[in-house]
Amino acid sequence: MTTAGTSPKREQAPTGQGDSPGGSAPEYARSTAKKTGAEIVWDVLASEGVDVVFGYPGGAIMPIYNALHQRPIRHVLVRHEQGAAHMADGYARASGKVGVCLATSGPGATNLVTGIATAMLDSSPIVCITGQVSSSLLGSDAFQELDITGVTLPITKHNYLVTRAEDIAPTLREAFFIARSGRPGPVLVDITKDAQQATAAIEPRPRPVRLPGHRPAHHPSAEDLTRAAELIAAAERPLIFAGHGIIKAEASAQLMELVEKTGIPVASTLLGLGGFPATHRLSLGMMGMHGEAWVNTAIQESDLLIALGMRFDDRVTGNLKTYARKARKIHVEIDPSELNKNVQVDVALAGELRRTLTDLIPRVAQRTCTPWVQHIQALKSSSAARDIQYMPHNGRLHAAHVIHDLWWLTRGKALMVTDVGQHQMWEAQYYRHERPRQLITSGGLGTMGFALPAAMGARFAQPGEEVWVVVGDGGFQMSAAELSTCAQEGIKLHVAIINNGYLGMVRQLQQFFYENRYTATPLQNPDFVKLAEAHGLNGLRVTRREEIPEAVAQARASACTTVIDFRVEQEDSVYPMVPSGADLDEMIRRPQDDSEVCAISPWSSGAV
Amino acid sequence: MSPSHQRTFIVHVEDRPGVLNRVISLFRRRAYNIDSLTVARTERPAISRITLVVVVDDREARLLEANLYKLINVLYVEDVTHQGPLVRELALIKVKATEETRSQLLQVCDVFRARAIDVTPSALVVELTGTPDKIDGLIEVLRPSGIIELVRTGAVAMERGARSPLAGVLDVEPPEQAA
Repeated sequence: MTTAGTSPKREQAPTGQGDSPGGSAPEYARSTAKKTGAEIVWDVLASEGVDVVFGYPGGAIMPIYNALHQRPIRHVLVRHEQGAAHMADGYARASGKVGVCLATSGPGATNLVTGIATAMLDSSPIVCITGQVSSSLLGSDAFQELDITGVTLPITKHNYLVTRAEDIAPTLREAFFIARSGRPGPVLVDITKDAQQATAAIEPRPRPVRLPGHRPAHHPSAEDLTRAAELIAAAERPLIFAGHGIIKAEASAQLMELVEKTGIPVASTLLGLGGFPATHRLSLGMMGMHGEAWVNTAIQESDLLIALGMRFDDRVTGNLKTYARKARKIHVEIDPSELNKNVQVDVALAGELRRTLTDLIPRVAQRTCTPWVQHIQALKSSSAARDIQYMPHNGRLHAAHVIHDLWWLTRGKALMVTDVGQHQMWEAQYYRHERPRQLITSGGLGTMGFALPAAMGARFAQPGEEVWVVVGDGGFQMSAAELSTCAQEGIKLHVAIINNGYLGMVRQLQQFFYENRYTATPLQNPDFVKLAEAHGLNGLRVTRREEIPEAVAQARASACTTVIDFRVEQEDSVYPMVPSGADLDEMIRRPQDDSEVCAISPWSSGAV
Repeated sequence: MSPSHQRTFIVHVEDRPGVLNRVISLFRRRAYNIDSLTVARTERPAISRITLVVVVDDREARLLEANLYKLINVLYVEDVTHQGPLVRELALIKVKATEETRSQLLQVCDVFRARAIDVTPSALVVELTGTPDKIDGLIEVLRPSGIIELVRTGAVAMERGARSPLAGVLDVEPPEQAA
C-alpha cells in the first residue's frame, strides 16, 4: 500500500466555504474563520452531542486540553487512563450513546488499552482521542512516542492517525459513525501535536459520512424469515436466547411481542440480562457456565434455539460437540462474521435485530408451548432445593444473601454495575434485572477493575438512577484509585465490596480442579472503610445479614459515595458450574447437604 | 493440509496507509500461513487490489470473507477459487549458462514461452509469466543446470467475463446513516 494515494474521502470533502444551496446556510457556515485542530476537536464533539469526556492530560495532548478551557463540555479527570476508557464504556452502555475518552501519547495511550479491548469484546461504542508527537517526529522514538494505532489494531473496530488539522473534523465524524453503526465498537483517533496546533477552515456544512466499504446494515431475505417462522411453528420444545444485541438494538419490545405471541420461554446470556424482564413468567434466567441448571438442561433438551443478538460464546455453549444436538437453530445477528462461527445454524439471519424481529413477528403463527414450559418449571423446582437461598440458616453472611437483599431493598430498580469474578455471577443469578441497560458488566474480556470506573460513566449517563457497584475485593483494588475521582467530581455511587479475602473465582477453580492448593489467591486487604474515609467518602462494614438494611439505608442517605465492605463467607463457590469445555448439562451442583448455608430472606416470601 | 484446500481471494481495498496491515492481521491472528500475496493499484484511483492465496477449508473461507468485510477500508471481497479465475505469476530466474549449455537452455525456455532478458558469459536471466504450475515446471527443468537466484511475484487473479467487480460497490448510495 502506498502512502501517496489520495483518499476518496478527501476528494469528496468540501473544498471551500459557502457551498450550501440557495445561500440558506446558517451564519457560521459562511464564516471563513480558521480554527486550530484542537478547537475543531471540541466543535465536532459538541456537534456529536458529547456532554462529558473522561481523560488525563499530558504533553502531546496539551493543545486539546488548552482548547477545552471554558467550553460547556464536562471533563472528568481520572486517576489512570484505563479508568477513562471504562468510564466512556460505562457511559455508552448506560446511555446507548457514544462515550468519549482522552489520553496523551505513549503511556497515556497504552493505559487505555485494557479499556478499549473491553469495549471491543462487548461491542461498546466509544471514541478514544489520543495525542501523538508531532508528525515530523513520527517514527523517531521521540519522547512518549508510541505507535498506538499499531498497538490497538486488533482491539478497535477502526482507528486513525491524523496528521493534518483539516482531516480532524471528517475523521472524528467518521469515528463516531463507525463506533455507533452496525455492530458497535471502539474507534481510536490519534492526532499529532502539530495537527492540533495548526489551523484549518471550518467546514461550511459537514457532508454525511460516506464510507464505501462500510456496510453496517444487513437485512435478511423474506424467504429466510419465512423459513424461520416455519421452524418456529413446527417446534415442540423451542427456546429463545436473548443476547446483548437485544439491548444494543433496543429490541426489547419486539422480543416481548414475539414471546407473547408464541409462548416460547426466554433464556439470557450474561450481557443479555435485562433485555427481557426477569420476573416475566416465561423468563428462565441466565444460561451457560454459571447459568441456572434448569436452563442448561432445557437447552440440551430443546428442539429449536432462536438466538437473538448473541454469539455462542464458549462460556455459553460448553462442549460444542454435544451442545443442543437435538435443536435446530435460528440465529439473528448484525455481524455476519458471527453466523456459523461457533455453532452451525439452520437459518442464519444477518440483520439489525429490531428490524428483523419486526419483519419476523407477522410471519410467525400464534401458538403456545404449555407442556414444554411446564416441563421446564418441573426442572426448576427440582433444582431449587440446591439454591443457597432456601438452605437452613447458619448465621454466616453469604454473597448471595447480600445480592438478594440489595435486590429486595432497592426494589429491583437500581442500575447495577459489576466487576468480574464470583460476585459477578452471584449478581447475575440473584439480582432480577427488569429493564435493558440495568446491568453493566464486562462479559467478553472479563476485565477486573471495570466496575468502579464503568459505574462512574454510567452515573453521568443516568443521573437519575441509583447506581450500585458490586465488586470483589480483588477487582476493587485494580481501580480503587478512582475513588479519588469520585470524591473530586462529586459522583455518588453505592459500592458493595463482596469481600471474601480471596481472588474468589480462581480460588474456586483451585478447589475444584487443583486439589485445594490456594496458590496466590488469598488477599491481605486494606481496611476498605478507612480507605473510603481517606478519600473523604463514606465507609461502612457489614458482617451479619441483619445489618444489611441499615447499611443500605445509610448509603442511600449519604450525600457522597459510600463504600460498604461486606465480609462474606470466604470459601463459598458459585453453583452450578459447567467446567470449561464440558458438556453443558455436566454441571457441578451445590452439595445438597451443605450445612454451611443460610436462610430465606427476612424481607421476602420464599417464592422469589 | 493438501494444496486442494488452497483458496484464492481477491480483496479490493482503499489505498490508504496501514490497510494492508489490517488485512494481513486477520490472517496472522488466526495463525494462517499466507501462500501468496500481491498488491497493486487498479484502474480506479485510490483503490488497490490484493490477491491472496491461503490454505483454509470451506467454513474458514466463509468466515474469513465475512471478517474481511468487517474492515472499514475493504470494499469488495471475492473468493474466486471455484470460478476458474485467470491466475498469473511472474518469475525471474537466474541460471548458470556456459557457451555449451546456453542454446539448449534457450530452447527449453522457448517451450515454456519464457524470455531471456539478460545474458552474460556464465549466466542467463529468464523471465516467465504464467500459472504458478507452469513456473514450477520451468524451475524444475532449469534446476539441474544450477539456479543462482530466483524471484516470483506471487499470483494475481482475475475473473473471466465482462463484469467489473467494483461496479456494484462504488456506484451505489452510501450506507444508511445510523440513528
